[in-house]
Amino acid sequence: MKRDCVKTPFQTRMARRDFLKRTAQAGLAVAATGALGYFLYDPEGPGGTTGKSALALPDFSVPEAGKHIAIVTGTDRVKTVNAGLKAIGGIEAFIKKGDRVLIKVNAAFATPSTLCATTNPDLLAEVARLCFHAGAASVAMADNTINDPSSCYALTGLAEAAESSGVRTILPRDSLFQEITIPGSNLIKDWPVLLAPLRSATKLIGICPVKDHNRSGASMTMKNWYGFIGGRRNIFHQDIHTFIKDLALMIQPTIVILDGTMSMVSNGPTGGSVSDLKPTNTMIVSTDQVAADAAGAALLGRKPSDLPFIGKAEEAGLGTADIEHLSPKRINIG
Amino acid sequence: MRITTVRRISQIFFFALFIWFCIASTFGISFWQLRGWPVNWFLQLDPLVALGTLLTTRTIYAGLIWALATIALTLLLGRFFCGWVCPFGSLHHFVGYLGSRNRTIKDRVAANRPLGAQKIKYYVLTALLSATAGSLLISLADSARWAPAWIIGALVISLFGLTAASVASRRSNSLLTFFFSLLALWTAAGYLLKIDGPVASSLMTGLLDPIPLMHRSVNLVLLPFADSSVHIASNAQRHYDGAWLIGLIFLSAVFLNLVVPRFYCRIVCPLGALYGVLGRFALWRVGKKNSECRDCRLCDSRCEGACDPGRVIRVPECVLCMNCLYTCKDDVIGYNTFRSEQGEIVSPNLSRRGFVVASLSGIAAIPLLRLDGKLGANYDPALVRPPGSLTEADFLNRCIKCGQCARVCPTNVIQPDEWQRGLEGIWTPKLNFRTGTSGCQLNCTACGQICPTAAIRPLSIDEKLGRGSFEHTGPIRIGTAFVDRGRCLPWAMDKPCIVCQENCPVSPKAITVREIFTPLQTGNLDIAKVSPRLVVLGTAPLRNGRYGTGDYYLFVDNPARTRVRISGNTESSIALQSELPAGSSPETLKKAEIQVRLQIPQVDPERCIGCGICEHECPVSGLRAIRVSAEGETRHKNHSLLLK
Repeated sequence: MKRDCVKTPFQTRMARRDFLKRTAQAGLAVAATGALGYFLYDPEGPGGTTGKSALALPDFSVPEAGKHIAIVTGTDRVKTVNAGLKAIGGIEAFIKKGDRVLIKVNAAFATPSTLCATTNPDLLAEVARLCFHAGAASVAMADNTINDPSSCYALTGLAEAAESSGVRTILPRDSLFQEITIPGSNLIKDWPVLLAPLRSATKLIGICPVKDHNRSGASMTMKNWYGFIGGRRNIFHQDIHTFIKDLALMIQPTIVILDGTMSMVSNGPTGGSVSDLKPTNTMIVSTDQVAADAAGAALLGRKPSDLPFIGKAEEAGLGTADIEHLSPKRINIG
Repeated sequence: MRITTVRRISQIFFFALFIWFCIASTFGISFWQLRGWPVNWFLQLDPLVALGTLLTTRTIYAGLIWALATIALTLLLGRFFCGWVCPFGSLHHFVGYLGSRNRTIKDRVAANRPLGAQKIKYYVLTALLSATAGSLLISLADSARWAPAWIIGALVISLFGLTAASVASRRSNSLLTFFFSLLALWTAAGYLLKIDGPVASSLMTGLLDPIPLMHRSVNLVLLPFADSSVHIASNAQRHYDGAWLIGLIFLSAVFLNLVVPRFYCRIVCPLGALYGVLGRFALWRVGKKNSECRDCRLCDSRCEGACDPGRVIRVPECVLCMNCLYTCKDDVIGYNTFRSEQGEIVSPNLSRRGFVVASLSGIAAIPLLRLDGKLGANYDPALVRPPGSLTEADFLNRCIKCGQCARVCPTNVIQPDEWQRGLEGIWTPKLNFRTGTSGCQLNCTACGQICPTAAIRPLSIDEKLGRGSFEHTGPIRIGTAFVDRGRCLPWAMDKPCIVCQENCPVSPKAITVREIFTPLQTGNLDIAKVSPRLVVLGTAPLRNGRYGTGDYYLFVDNPARTRVRISGNTESSIALQSELPAGSSPETLKKAEIQVRLQIPQVDPERCIGCGICEHECPVSGLRAIRVSAEGETRHKNHSLLLK
């Protein structure tokens, strides 16, 4: 307090200089307060939420490579995926030198890879190897998992496979999501999407297992994109078929790889026991996600018409459910 | 090199080691994450943890045997742990140093004078240890019933004799004498009255024991706070219930150093008190080497323990900071094998009255806290403990509230309890399925593996899941999920959902679904025109596009009970996925209605393990429509739900 006490000699007349100085200071303070009030004045109060502008994600497809589907039967994932990729024109037709490849794995659950509830780590490693071989500058994998992300990647063996094959693991964290609206979609409106990895990639490959799913009928390549969605996304189960169609609308992949070597035929999509699995020995490699899912439905003993999301996606022009239309390459390598 | 420099290096080393262990308690595959790093080492070195659990359980669990090393060293050297190792102590030391930098020597000397309040820590220790003694008393009383009467008689008489002698002598003030006299009293009471109801034990030392306190504060407050921008210790932001209180206590302890240096160590710390009692026989001790002291009190200016080295040193207060060896200009003070020239005070000099009051309050506290009946029929069903937790009474006998389980839990589902279980359960782990990245993950046993006292037993995956050699015992259940039919979308609101069923990790699933078709409020449709795959209505009651989701059907209440999936609709027409029976007309479709196909979730309590993943995923985001409560938990047979 001592410092604030300005000692002035007693005087009867006002000190002009001091008065002017104080007038200027007070005037400035009043003006500053007024200006602050003027700029911060808000006559309306907080309004409702405003819609975010619609945003289409990059198209990762390679139209010049054509529309293909290969259905390879065999037990060895490494062999079948190689044969499948070769049959659709070879990975070089899709991955060029310098491409930044994003692989969307299914790492939803913290279960060992033997239970086939998640993308097989050997399959990831092989596809990554092929991408690098074709000249990819980088390969990353991403998934917004259902169980704890670190546990999922560790327990499924995907983290280890990624590390040993040079794949960068992208753990979902808030800063990577952005609220967007997908043009033409019914449900993805102002909703958080794992956008950052998609933005920084030039090619996108989806790799997922064939799984039983009580609500939607089956979990395959189109439903795999669920892992790009954030927020309390379980709400979309109320209209799951429309939502899976929206996912297919949101993502135009370079290639999808549907692993039906072991299909989860019951207790899906979590599984939890080898008795939930059935060796169906099929690897489906396709540029058309709708066709891949239509072909995969057979592995679960279901018809495409049993799965309304396939019809919806086809109707939206996202692909064809009539596989024969694509003259599929059927290969048996035993 | 000065010994104080060595001490500083030691303090920095152990502090850094402690923080490193907290960071390394991260689940993952990198070398710096959990790879058998001895992350519990400080808790294991802490003899108060070992002694507390020893009193409550009569065993020393696994790594807690390390405490013997600390005890042995303390018996030889004195309170070296406080001045050289304790990370909480080092923090106080440092903050106290910062606070005293601008003080005059006179002020510092004054701040380091011994306070009467320094006795409080011994009362705290007495009360906390007495609270653990209940079960020991029960077992003593039990064995007393079986032992020959003359042995008990001799024991009681000799213990009473000791008490009488100590009271008569007036000189002795031994804690041991008091402790044994109390034991004698309670043993005799147990023998005569066959008590067991009014006696109970609980391990409360963790509330104030500095190592659990520091672990709790770093694990649950400081680390999540520091990590929120760098995301090293966890991918997602960690949240802990009641973190504010843990943080407030920690910061209060730290900032009190600005008032009284080492406030916590001198006045509150029960571990320091235990070391003080143990160190009375130390072979080396700080004291005066000769009688040339000029009574300048400079030694007090940097004294950490407020132990009065310039006069008659109070040995139990000395934390071996060794500062007095250098602040003394005349080199009077040393760390010697002989006793101080001017004599020393080796006991804490507690008042008899204070000791008895502290001890009795400790012994009485637990039975008083348990008058709420929460260990019995009044148990709290919302208290779901981590898998492998012992029965509640045994759990409370071991849990030191260190927060290691909550730290290591990969999903952040383990939370410190606030007041749900009362004072006795504060900061003990419970599961809150609304937070974190998932419920309790099926293939994870991290909490039991890290628990330093086995309050959460270390389980193997096989035992947790009831596989292999544990087939006959079945899985470990921590509770049971209950569907709230008033909130569940399919049950209450005719909306398809079954997220809970989908996410149930058990095989076969513990949540099953029953398929039902429910008519909508629209009632019977007024159908004007029919073609095989299109129905046109006379009115326009429908919402455009609402029923094409794949979940809605056109149902005709005819003998064939025709049901066709709707593929789309406008306000007044319905498109169908397949054809209506041949010959359908508005006449035959008089009793047609729109139905929604619902899958109604139901929990099978025989399969449900209470992992709470369903509760975590339930789209009813506030009060979930499926919730886990403690019924059916395997640790309490009397909480079981099913006849088995």
